Amino acid sequence: MLETLIQGLLLGGLYCLFALGQSLIFGVMRLTNTAQGDFIILGAYAVIASLGALAISPWLIAVLLLPLAFGFGYGLQRQVLNSTLGRDPLPSLVVTFGLSIVIQNLLLQLFSADPRSIETEGFNTQSIALPGGISVGTLPLVILVLAVAATAALQWLFNRTHVGRAFRAVSDDKETAELMGLNAHHVYALATAVAFVLIALAGALQAMRTTVAPSDGPLLLLFAFEAVIIGGMGSFWGTLVGALLLGVTQQIGFRIDPGWGIWFGHIVFLAVLVVRPQGLFPKTRG
Amino acid sequence: MQMSVQVHRGTSNSRNALVGAGVLLLIAATLPFWAPAGNASSWMREFVEIACYFTFAMMWNLLAGYGGMVSIGQQAFFGFGGYVMLMLGNFAGVNPFVAVPLGALAAGVIAVPVSFVAFRLQGGYFAIGTWVIAEVFRLSFGNVSAVGGGSGTSLTALRGIDKATRETATFWMALACVVAAIALVYLFLRSKRGLALLAIRDNEVAAESQGIDVRGMKLAVYVVAAFGGGLAGALYFVGNLRISPDAAFSVNWTAFAIFMVVIGGIGRIEGPVVGALIFWALNKFFSDYGTWYLLGLGLLAIVVTMRFKQGLWGWVQDRRGWSLFPTRRQLVMED
Repeated sequence: MLETLIQGLLLGGLYCLFALGQSLIFGVMRLTNTAQGDFIILGAYAVIASLGALAISPWLIAVLLLPLAFGFGYGLQRQVLNSTLGRDPLPSLVVTFGLSIVIQNLLLQLFSADPRSIETEGFNTQSIALPGGISVGTLPLVILVLAVAATAALQWLFNRTHVGRAFRAVSDDKETAELMGLNAHHVYALATAVAFVLIALAGALQAMRTTVAPSDGPLLLLFAFEAVIIGGMGSFWGTLVGALLLGVTQQIGFRIDPGWGIWFGHIVFLAVLVVRPQGLFPKTRG
Repeated sequence: MQMSVQVHRGTSNSRNALVGAGVLLLIAATLPFWAPAGNASSWMREFVEIACYFTFAMMWNLLAGYGGMVSIGQQAFFGFGGYVMLMLGNFAGVNPFVAVPLGALAAGVIAVPVSFVAFRLQGGYFAIGTWVIAEVFRLSFGNVSAVGGGSGTSLTALRGIDKATRETATFWMALACVVAAIALVYLFLRSKRGLALLAIRDNEVAAESQGIDVRGMKLAVYVVAAFGGGLAGALYFVGNLRISPDAAFSVNWTAFAIFMVVIGGIGRIEGPVVGALIFWALNKFFSDYGTWYLLGLGLLAIVVTMRFKQGLWGWVQDRRGWSLFPTRRQLVMED
């Protein structure tokens, strides 16, 4: 039982990294990025492809990818997503959904449907023995630590920095924020840029921990979304807790019957929605 | 001075369109009798398939374009309608053609409890929430061994019926579904409730302050859209004879519906009609390109959403003022 719990928390760490970008983008501009999962997979393939071309450590490649992801996110928001924002959610949903289809088929064309992973020279199979005969994978533990660190960093960025204040200002009242001299389009693009750094990180770690295939994106999107909703919109610590809860729930489900693990996660999410639709720690109002 | 005012809704275009539609319908309905023997079977199968896509898109248009509820989970009702039709046919001995409307009805009924969960979310989150619900449907049916689990099962109830009769019956049923889908949405929108729906779409708060039961209307639209989605699904699997959870609850159903509606023009009845024709043509000429074709569809949807927000028919209507299915009321002064 304790082992299931620990495995669930470790899985939840990964889900937290899937979800933080989604949480940030929705919190700042009420945009639902339905291509979130596909961008994570795209990040994973970016590392895999670079690894084929450059013979250096996958960790170094992942770190080098982060500034690129920042620029990509900024450009995507400025060039494409900003023009879809508004009271009507349809344009942004259709555009991100279209991007999702484009990314999936592009990856399928370039890399085939075979699952791939990032070779970490055995790091992904190393484990640490805990008292009580439980062993914990080193990589999943690193991922969980990174997830907690990313949550703390994002919360700090949001609450304590100039950029964070701009994020909160455009989130609360875009028109007034613009009157105060903020360029909302630039602020939105910065938020998406930060979200894409997290997306790239999540993609690299996902492919190190397990395998990725071009059609994996939608499932990751659903996990990310469930974590955000369970945690409550606008709170990054809430997202972390939501992700951990989802991870534990799925592990318990998998333990009862491997065929029902993900199903069980979905059901618990829907139950939370019925009982507490605002999530556990809500900050932002939809 | 007292002026008397009359409310007009028809236009000369719409009267011509009605006549044109009647003629088209007559030609289509007699297809089994005039089509060349070698082509009849494949033409009918092609029509059934596009009819399912069209009916499904029509319902998505009603839900998103008029009801303001953008869902990515309508495949839940598509697959559910299909599975109920199959189970009634295989296990209860119901004639599958009778089971098609029953499957649709079942999808409409299940939409009521589903709405209780889905309506907790709004906007973009409603979209993904409905997708989660559809996944629950897919995983649930994938774990039921009576209907073949993950690998699915065949519709054995049609075994005794010969191929020609089956295909002709399916074809007529598909034609009836297309007409019913258009008529249902058109009459609904022209009714008093349709007017309420348009008011809600334009401003929810204002509509509520005028005494419109917003929640009740949204539920009604959601249930009707689920019914129509179930109808499309049940019909599709009568034509296809084989069902599996991955095929029945695939998000592609909704993806293609979104594509058709957005390309044709959302929030207008002509939209899905034009969209389905374009989709059919693209499918016919480019589907051999596989991934590139799908990639192109995705790009086209993005470009149209960003550049032609009203879709192709909206673009035509802006320039020509054509309206084949007018739902607007025009006031005409009488001398």
